[in-house]
Amino acid sequence: MQTQFGSAVFPRLLRRSLSYIPSILYSLHSLLNLFHFFRFLSNSSPQSQKHKEMASPFLSNTIISFSSSLSSSSSLPRLAPSIPFSAIRSKSTPRRILTVRSKIREIFMPALSSTMTEGKIVSWVKSEGDVLSKGESVVVVESDKADMDVETFYDGILAAIVVGEGETAPVGAAIGILAETEDEIAEAKAKAASKSGASTPSAPPPAPTPAAASTPAPPKSTPAPAAPTVAEGPRKTVATPYAKKLAKQHKVDIESVVGTGPYGRITPEDIEAAAGLSPSKKNVGLAVVVETKPAAPAKAPAASAAPSSLPPPVPGSTVVPFTTMQSAVSKNMVESLSVPTFRVGYPVTTDALDALYEKVKPKGVTMTALLAKAAAMALAQHPVVNSSCKDGKSFTYNSNINIAVAVAINGGLITPVLQDADKLDLYLLSQKWKELVEKARAKQLQPQEYNSGTFTLSNLGMFGVDRFDAILPPGQGAIMAVGASKPTVVADADGFFSVKNKMLVNVTADHRIIYGADLAAFLQTFSKIVENAESLTL
Amino acid sequence: MHSICFQATGVPGSNYIFDSCSPALAISKPINLRFCGLRKEAFGFSGLTHSSSGRVHFSSRGHSKKVSASAESNGSPPKSFDYDLIIIGAGVGGHGAALHAVEKGLKTAIIEGDVVGGTCVNRGCVPSKALLAVSGKMRELQSEHHMKALGLQVSAAGYDRQGVADHANNLASKIQSNLTNSMKALGVDILTGVGTIVGPQKVKYGKVGFPDNIVTAKNIIIATGSVPFVPKGIEVDGKTVITSDHALKLESVPDWIAIVGSGYIGLEFSDVYTALGSEVTFIEALDQLMPGFDPEIGKLAQRVLINPRKIDYHTGVFATKITPAKDGKPVIIELIDAKTKEPKDTLEVDAALIATGRAPFTNGLGLENVNVVTQRGFVPVDERLRVIDTNGNLVPHLYCIGDANGKMMLAHAASAQGISVVEQVTGQGHVLNHLSIPAACFTHPEISMVGLTEPQAREKAQKEGFEVGVAKTSFKANTKALAENEGEGLAKLIYRPDNGEILGVHIFGLHAADLIHEASNAIALGTRIQDIKFAVHAHPTLSEVLDELFKSAKVKAAASSHGPVSEPVAV
Repeated sequence: MQTQFGSAVFPRLLRRSLSYIPSILYSLHSLLNLFHFFRFLSNSSPQSQKHKEMASPFLSNTIISFSSSLSSSSSLPRLAPSIPFSAIRSKSTPRRILTVRSKIREIFMPALSSTMTEGKIVSWVKSEGDVLSKGESVVVVESDKADMDVETFYDGILAAIVVGEGETAPVGAAIGILAETEDEIAEAKAKAASKSGASTPSAPPPAPTPAAASTPAPPKSTPAPAAPTVAEGPRKTVATPYAKKLAKQHKVDIESVVGTGPYGRITPEDIEAAAGLSPSKKNVGLAVVVETKPAAPAKAPAASAAPSSLPPPVPGSTVVPFTTMQSAVSKNMVESLSVPTFRVGYPVTTDALDALYEKVKPKGVTMTALLAKAAAMALAQHPVVNSSCKDGKSFTYNSNINIAVAVAINGGLITPVLQDADKLDLYLLSQKWKELVEKARAKQLQPQEYNSGTFTLSNLGMFGVDRFDAILPPGQGAIMAVGASKPTVVADADGFFSVKNKMLVNVTADHRIIYGADLAAFLQTFSKIVENAESLTL
Repeated sequence: MHSICFQATGVPGSNYIFDSCSPALAISKPINLRFCGLRKEAFGFSGLTHSSSGRVHFSSRGHSKKVSASAESNGSPPKSFDYDLIIIGAGVGGHGAALHAVEKGLKTAIIEGDVVGGTCVNRGCVPSKALLAVSGKMRELQSEHHMKALGLQVSAAGYDRQGVADHANNLASKIQSNLTNSMKALGVDILTGVGTIVGPQKVKYGKVGFPDNIVTAKNIIIATGSVPFVPKGIEVDGKTVITSDHALKLESVPDWIAIVGSGYIGLEFSDVYTALGSEVTFIEALDQLMPGFDPEIGKLAQRVLINPRKIDYHTGVFATKITPAKDGKPVIIELIDAKTKEPKDTLEVDAALIATGRAPFTNGLGLENVNVVTQRGFVPVDERLRVIDTNGNLVPHLYCIGDANGKMMLAHAASAQGISVVEQVTGQGHVLNHLSIPAACFTHPEISMVGLTEPQAREKAQKEGFEVGVAKTSFKANTKALAENEGEGLAKLIYRPDNGEILGVHIFGLHAADLIHEASNAIALGTRIQDIKFAVHAHPTLSEVLDELFKSAKVKAAASSHGPVSEPVAV
C-alpha cells in the first residue's frame, strides 16, 4: 500500500499505464470494503450470534440453578430465605415467561466482529445500582475494530460489575450482573463475587479493581476520626473532582476522610493516604501531576527507586517537583558518582590580577572573563586537563578549549560556555559572557551554548567563600572551584613578611585520565599566568 | 444594484470604470455583458427599500465629493459619499469584509474602537489556540502510556506559566499586526474611535475627549462583535472569578476551577486547565454536558474529554450567585436546580470561569437613529444580513454581520457574512448558506461539525417527509491515526439516502477541525455523496476517515453523469 501510493511512485505508474489505476483503486476499495464488511458484521451481530435461542445475544437469561441461588442467598443472611422466588417470578411480564428462570441475568461480553475473541471494557456507562431500561447503553466495549456501545435488552438494575473498566474478558464471559428488582441485588452480587473470582482479567490488576465487588473492601485505616483542626459543625464535605474519582476507584468512603487541602477540602492526596497508597507527587505551581495511573514505570529511575526507603515526609511539608533544569542537575549529579575523582588545591597570588582587573574593569572586562582566560591559557599548555574520558578506555582530547562557567539562575544552575576561550581576547570574551548571561536569564541558551564545555569554572569567591569542592560534571575532565581572594601574610625565602592577596583554587578531576602530577603542573601554570596577569591581555 | 457591473466578454480583468466617483463599479465574472442589478432579487430589494435606495443615486453620480455639505444635513441621506463602504468593527468579520470590498473595488474604511482583530484575535480563538497547543503537547508528554506505546521516554514534563502566557500573547499580537498590515497594504482606511450611526449612510466616530468626525458611506456594515456574557448574580473580579478575557492571559493556574457552561469555550478551557494540572468542575444549566453537539458525538466526547480527566460536573443547575475569593474564603458558588429553582448545592473552589456564552456588543451604536431596536442586544437582520427596523422594514444600506446579529457566533461565519454583504452591495445577490459553515472545538482530540445534528435532521425529515441515513466510521480503522497512536475518534455522516444530500457531518478525533472542510465544502457547493465518494484521498492520511464515511453511505441515487472529469486525462 505505502509504496504503491507513495507520491514518488504514483505519477510514474500513471504515466506508464492508465489502466493500472482501476486496479489500484480496486485494491484500495476492497480493503476498505473489508472494513465495511466487518462493520456490517458487527452491526448485525446481535441477530447472527450463536446464542439464538436467547432473547439477546449478550444478555442471556442465564439459568441460575435454584440450588446455587439458595446457597448464595444463604450466605447473605439479610435476604430472608423464605422469600419464594416463584413469587417474584410471577410479576414478570408474560413475554418472557417462557425462558426466564430467574430475574438475575448475566451480561455477556458480546462478539462485536467475526474476528473478535476478547473485548476490553472501555467504560461502564452505568454504575452499580443504576436502573436500566431496555435499549439504554450499559457498557462500552472495545473490540479489535471499534468501540461499541452495548445496550440492554431488559429493564432492571445493574447489580454488579464483574469486569471493570480497562479489563479484558473473552467473548461470552459474564461482565456484569443484571437484577430485575432491588430484592435480587444482593443475590446478584453474591453471584458476581463467585464470577469475579473465576474471570481472568488479562490486564495486570492495578490496585484492587472496582470489579471485585465481592466483599466490601476491608475497612481502610483512615486517619484519626474527627480531626480537631477542621471546623466543627455540620460543615459539608468538600472534595475535589479528582479526589472524588479516586475515592470511587479505591472504594474509600469520602465522608470518613479528613481533608487537608485548602479550606479543609479533601484532596486526591488525602484519598490516596486513606486508601493506603503512596501519595503521588503533589502538583505545586509549576510542573504537573502525572496523569492518573498509579504505576509509574521507568520514570526518573534514580528518583523512583528511592521513595520506598525514605522516611515519610514530615506532616505539613510541601513537595515541589523539580523543574526541567533542576531535573537535569539532579540527573547529572547522580551520574557524576560513577567517576573516580580527586582534588588538588593551590594558593594563587592575585595582586597582579587584581591590579589588572582594576585597569580593565572600565572596559567591561569581568573577573569571570579574566579567570576563564587564565584557565584557558593554562589548559592550552596542559591538554590532558582539557580532555575527557567518554568510555573508560580512552582519552578524548578536545580540539577546542571551551570554558563552562557555572551560574545560579532562578533556582537553577546552568553553565554557559565560553567557546575557544584561549583564542578570544579578553574584551571579546567579556562581551560574549555578557551575552550568554543575558540569554541564560531569558532561558534562550541554545544547547551548544551550555553543554559544549570542556572544562568548568565555578567561582564562589564573591560570597567570601575561601575554598570549596566542586563536583565534576559528567563528560568533562576537570572543574575548578575558585574561592575569594584575601590579603594574606606571607613570608618569602629571605624571611621577609609581606601581605599579598591569595586565592585558593581547588580542582576536581577524573583520575582515570588526569593524574595528580598533571593537575599539579596545570595549577602551577595557572598560578604563574595569574601572577603575571599582563599576559592575559595579550 | 447601486452600481452597475459591467464586463466585456473576453477581457477578463479589465475594469471599466465610468465614474470616478463610484468605484463601486465592479467586475463580475467574465461572462456576457450584463447588468447585475437586473435580477429578480434585486427588484425585490428595491421594492422594499423605497425610492431613496441607491438606484436613485445613479443620476447623482459625477458630482464631486462634498463631504461637508452632506454632513450638515442630518436625517436625510447624503448625496455623495466619503466611502463606498464603512465597516464598524475591525474584528475578523470586518476584516474579511474589508478585504473583499477592496477586491471588489470599493473605497473602504473600517472603524475600530478597541483593537484590530476584535475578540477572535485578541481575546478568543487565537490566543486560546496558543494555550491549546501547549495543553496538547503537555497531554502527550504526560501520557506515559501513550509515549511508551510509541517507544518514547519522557521524564517529568513541566511548564512555565509565564512562558505559556507569553506564547498566547505573542501570537495574538502577531496576528493582530498581520491583520492591520494586510488592511493598510490594501488601502483600507482604519479610523480609530467608537463608531456610532447618526443617520442613514452616516457614521460618527472619535476617541473619548476628541472631537467626533462624521463620515458618509454608501453602505454600512455593523460588525461590532460580542463580549463575554455574565449572568446576573455573578461577580467577576478578574482574579478568581473570571471570563475568557482574563483566562486567556493565564495569570494563574488554580488548583481547582469551576467552569460555568460546557459549550465550546468551557470545553476548550477544561482541556487547557486539566493539562496544566488543575481540577475542573463543570456547571451546566442543561441536563447534559456539551448541549450544542450531536448527542452521539457529545457522549463520546464526554467519555474521552471529561470522564478520564480530573473533571466532575453538575448538570441541570444554574449558578445563581458566585462570590470571588476574599477575606480568606474560597470562591463560593450557589447552585439552584434549573427546573425547580430550589437551592441545590454550594461549591467552594479556587476559581470560577464564566463561559456561559457571549452577548452582542451593540450598545452606543446609534441604532435608534435609524429606528432599529435590538433583540436581547442582537441586531435584527434578514437572511441577507440587511438590518430590519422596528416596523419590520429593511433599513437601506445598513447590514450587520458576525456576533452582533447572533446568527452564528463564529469568527469565520462573520467573515463569510461580510463577504456575502460585499457581494450583495456589488450586485451579486449572494445569500450565505449558514448550514455550510463548519464549527470546531479544539480540545484534544478535536471536535468539528457542519450542518445539522442527527436530532435536527430527523426533525426536519419528519416535517419535510424524507428519510435520514446515518453512516459512521471510526478513527481506529485509519492507518494514519493508528500511526499517531490516536485511534480514538468517530466521524458521523447524516444524509438523505434518496438523493445523496449531505445534511450534517460530525467528527471527533485527531485533527477533526481540519478534516471537516471536505464536508463543509461539499455542502456549500451542493456536492452529493454519490459524486464525492469517487474523489481520491492520499493514503495514508486522516482524510481517509471522511473518504470511508462517504463510501459507507448507502445512497440510492446514481452518480451524476457529468462528473467533474468525464474524459480520461493523460498525466
